[in-house]
Amino acid sequence: MSQKVLDALKAKFGDAITSTESQFGDDIAWIVRDKLPAVALWLRDDASMAFDAPVFVTCIDRLDWKPLHRPVAEHFSDESGKDSRPRFEVCYQLRSSTHRHRVRLKVAVPENDSRCPSLALLWPAFNWQERETFDMYGIRFDQHPDLRRIYLYEEFVGYPLRKDYPKDKRQPLVRRDDLPVGPAAKASRDLSTTGSREQK
Amino acid sequence: MGVELATTRLEDAVKWAKQSALDKTVNWGRKFSLFSYPFVTACCGMEFMSVAGPKYDLARFGAEFPRFSPRQADLLMVVGTITEKQGPALKRVYDQMAEPKFVMAFGVCASTGGFYQNYHAMPGCDQVIPVDVYVPGCPPRPEQVIDGLMMLMDRVQQGRTHNQLQRKREQLISELTSAE
Repeated sequence: MSQKVLDALKAKFGDAITSTESQFGDDIAWIVRDKLPAVALWLRDDASMAFDAPVFVTCIDRLDWKPLHRPVAEHFSDESGKDSRPRFEVCYQLRSSTHRHRVRLKVAVPENDSRCPSLALLWPAFNWQERETFDMYGIRFDQHPDLRRIYLYEEFVGYPLRKDYPKDKRQPLVRRDDLPVGPAAKASRDLSTTGSREQK
Repeated sequence: MGVELATTRLEDAVKWAKQSALDKTVNWGRKFSLFSYPFVTACCGMEFMSVAGPKYDLARFGAEFPRFSPRQADLLMVVGTITEKQGPALKRVYDQMAEPKFVMAFGVCASTGGFYQNYHAMPGCDQVIPVDVYVPGCPPRPEQVIDGLMMLMDRVQQGRTHNQLQRKREQLISELTSAE
């Protein structure tokens, strides 16, 4: 739909665009992590691009990355080990209300260095969405003005939408204080905090 | 000696009968004047409106109209999913209610967490506050809610709700300790 945006990106930035793909009417450009702010700034300010509407930012957790049909892995695997393969994809969807085209920027983020440049200063609407992405996936957005948890409470440990977060682990803030205390009560409390009603 | 014992026993019996009659009367009054505080968090609220509205009319049972302050309410209706983050707020609302206070878990989410079995949803509001009546359903039919309310009214009449039993326990313990 907006192949011309991808072509323009490749012509303008060259090496900063590691690859592009088009699927189901969506055009995706993979950006080198450090170059993301420059690319985004150009997309916003250039008259022929004019991406003025930030749609969403989110993250995909590729816990067991399998490069099925996409050649992406080529760009990140330096054959040195598992850690070099990126675990997270941070996705920015942009739309232009003047030119009526849209593009998705993707950044690969490895697990041991889960950082990504923030675009909250370019599009303020990304501020809370990046906080949500941080809240759920633990992606740290550099230069974000206020990177805190947005949905969960400060006491929460871990990032629940990561694929390796235990499905039924609970982190309660309060529990009843009118129940009898003792070994049985303690056992039931332990059960409720470690999760799993069908405890082994 | 024997006469003394018999008279004290007789006095005790009379006292107990009077107390019991008083309790029954008071509880009879209580069960027909349950002012509810709807703690509505989710879609079950729609069904709550239907229950409280003219068609099903909860007011027939003396649950006259929702009070929007927990300090004026007897019956806390937990309507909808409770998240772990809401736990402290729910507990505080319950603590603010004047005794005797009763709790109804309205719908499966408030009863057990329903289909939310994950990091954010509390597995039933009874993790935080004592619940007297659980009304299952997603959402429950108004008839179910009215059934639950009538069960609660029976409980109140018998003095067997959590709060009343707890009060009784505390009374007994204080009597025993003061007798010592």
